[in-house]
Amino acid sequence: MTILITNARLVDPEASEVTLGAVLIRNGVIAEVFDTPTPEISTDNVPSENRRDAGGKYLAPGIVDIGVKICEPGERHKESYGSAGQAAAAGGVTTIVTRPDTTPAIDTPETLEFVRRRANEAAPVHVLPMAALTKGRDGREMTEIGFLMDAGAVAFTDCDRVVRDTKVLSRAMTYARALGALIVGHPQEPNLSAGAATTSGKFASLRGLPSVTPMAERMGLDRDIAMVEMTGVRYHADQITTTRALPALERAKRNGFDVTAGVSMHHLTLNEYDVADYRTFFKVKPPLRAEDDRQAVVEAVKSGLIDVIGSFHTPQDEESKRLPFEEAASGAVGLETMLPVLMRLYHSGDLDLPTLFRALSLNPAKRMGLECGRLTKGAPADLVLFDPDKPIVLDRFKLLSKSKNTPFDGARLQGKVLETFVSGTSVYRST
Amino acid sequence: MRFDQRHLLGIEPLRPDEITTLLDLSDQYADRNRKRTPSTDVLAGMTQINMFFENSTRTQASFELAGKRLGADVMNMAMQASSVKKGETLIDTALTLNAMHPDLLVVRHPHSGAVDLLSQKVNCAVLNAGDGKHEHPTQALLDALTIRRAKGRLHRLSIAICGDISHSRVARSNILLLGKMENRVRLVGPPTLMPSGIGEFGVEVFEDMREGLKDVDVVMMLRLQKERMDGGFIPSEREYYHRYGLDAEKLSHAKEDAIIMHPGPMNRGVEIDGTLADDINRSVIQEQVEMGVAVRMAAMDLLARSLRERREAQTESVMV
Repeated sequence: MTILITNARLVDPEASEVTLGAVLIRNGVIAEVFDTPTPEISTDNVPSENRRDAGGKYLAPGIVDIGVKICEPGERHKESYGSAGQAAAAGGVTTIVTRPDTTPAIDTPETLEFVRRRANEAAPVHVLPMAALTKGRDGREMTEIGFLMDAGAVAFTDCDRVVRDTKVLSRAMTYARALGALIVGHPQEPNLSAGAATTSGKFASLRGLPSVTPMAERMGLDRDIAMVEMTGVRYHADQITTTRALPALERAKRNGFDVTAGVSMHHLTLNEYDVADYRTFFKVKPPLRAEDDRQAVVEAVKSGLIDVIGSFHTPQDEESKRLPFEEAASGAVGLETMLPVLMRLYHSGDLDLPTLFRALSLNPAKRMGLECGRLTKGAPADLVLFDPDKPIVLDRFKLLSKSKNTPFDGARLQGKVLETFVSGTSVYRST
Repeated sequence: MRFDQRHLLGIEPLRPDEITTLLDLSDQYADRNRKRTPSTDVLAGMTQINMFFENSTRTQASFELAGKRLGADVMNMAMQASSVKKGETLIDTALTLNAMHPDLLVVRHPHSGAVDLLSQKVNCAVLNAGDGKHEHPTQALLDALTIRRAKGRLHRLSIAICGDISHSRVARSNILLLGKMENRVRLVGPPTLMPSGIGEFGVEVFEDMREGLKDVDVVMMLRLQKERMDGGFIPSEREYYHRYGLDAEKLSHAKEDAIIMHPGPMNRGVEIDGTLADDINRSVIQEQVEMGVAVRMAAMDLLARSLRERREAQTESVMV
């Protein structure tokens, strides 16, 4: 199938530029990138329904979202591969990298194969599973890392359950290093952060909520980096959200360790005060931080110190959220809302579009060893066409996710996905 | 006189003039309570439900007595032995109760913000009788009334709050109230029992009790809440008493006429010396209990008034 998109502003994260041009898609890949908006090529073999005049809107490489929770197996009423796939397509996310913190955890090749089969049947976007690092995510015995990689696991993580036993972790990392596996860590000192619902400080004390010092993140990262130095494993920190952790990350990169880091859309756009009167939809893990921290991590994305932005899509039903704040479940959905929400940083002048898509598409693709994430000839045609200026009022009940737990309900945003392509096929088109 | 609140969830939303209104009315009830016939009928025909999700004898008794003296039908629900144990969520409990059409709901809950959550789901007036480590507004109001009656004013006083600030909703409500009324608030206690970010609360923090008590008008002791201790906040009870327990020597650093307060129940010999607590010249602890009933009567009276006004406005709009 051939598709021609003309008159589009092409967001190229590799070249860090936005240019007016056109793109020809053939056989699932980008066959040609033109530097003129309406190239004079023979379009006889492109049927009219496969031609798009973008009208000056923006075309970027599709988002690669690392750390998405899909609640299969175990809690399909919260989210299935079908619903998450539709939500992803509507949000310009063309590759989902899923978390293994399901019930039961994805810790055997058999479960992983089940998940991959379900995903391929149900989701219109690419789904790449991560597997648990330890059996049952219990932090005691390593999983069958080799078999899991053969079955298609792209990375290994126990998600928000930190492996407390450093002996277990060092062995798992050493074994993983031999196989070239990527470990995704959650940098938190587990004792300090146990039971915390907020970041310590004035707000937490006013509200009387259990809190964790932001220093717990740095301690967790320091430990993990020392383990990386010891074992030589490839390591990605899922979320870096505090100022204090940034120098440790910077040092590790400068010393040449194979370390990258991500941050969530929520920590880039919200701060601890957004919780206001115990609004549980704003309860995420790690908890929202002070405004200084938010600004520092935005700056770190800009400089490239933080490599990846993710939604950390975590579906929760109403029952898990309509509880007193301490008891309420953590997490927010984000597959569909990430692009419009992050446009806040574009409109405020904090991050330009190539920088955003470097963190949303190019870097996560590279880290997962994928060819996508680029807007160049020969790259997979995973693309998102969007209008960064279109005003919308977010209505959570219109989200395609089964769960509607977004902190941005009723938010006035600018930015709308117009069409999403996965391997050259249109999987979502806004009406 | 104005009081614009629909609920009494905390001190934070109250304006200083609303606090004064509440205390003025409490004063009247306090005087009335000392007479032989303290009862009135201002809440006649109204139903008050006390829901305590956490153990309480004193506060629950105080709210119950206050409601009865105002002529309300009072019902106590022991939530610990109820459907909550069977897995019912707080919101379902609230909706069930709401269907019984109470007028006043008095709630204590072990989680911060739980009373706030409940108030969003019911049509009646909700009074917070203590939520987690968040607020305990009627305690702060009764403390304020006790101070005002003992000192003749509730501004430009120097007040030391001593002990386990971190786990105390009483401390939070008092810091907010005394700050709003323009007093100097000092917090005294070991750093392990101070909440984070305390420097931004507009208070002075002391780790040395003698320094902290120097020339204060009011010494407010807090209960060392053993049941809240995860362990390891202080080395031992005896070291705590030695460094932070109120005794005659430490009290001598305060003003000569400084009063001693305690929200109860007291741990004699842990945070306060027994004889000092009983010293009728210094201790106003019994008066605090007395003021508790008066303040709760005033709070329920004012909330019932605004509830009636709202209901009348609704009826009128229906008739039009």
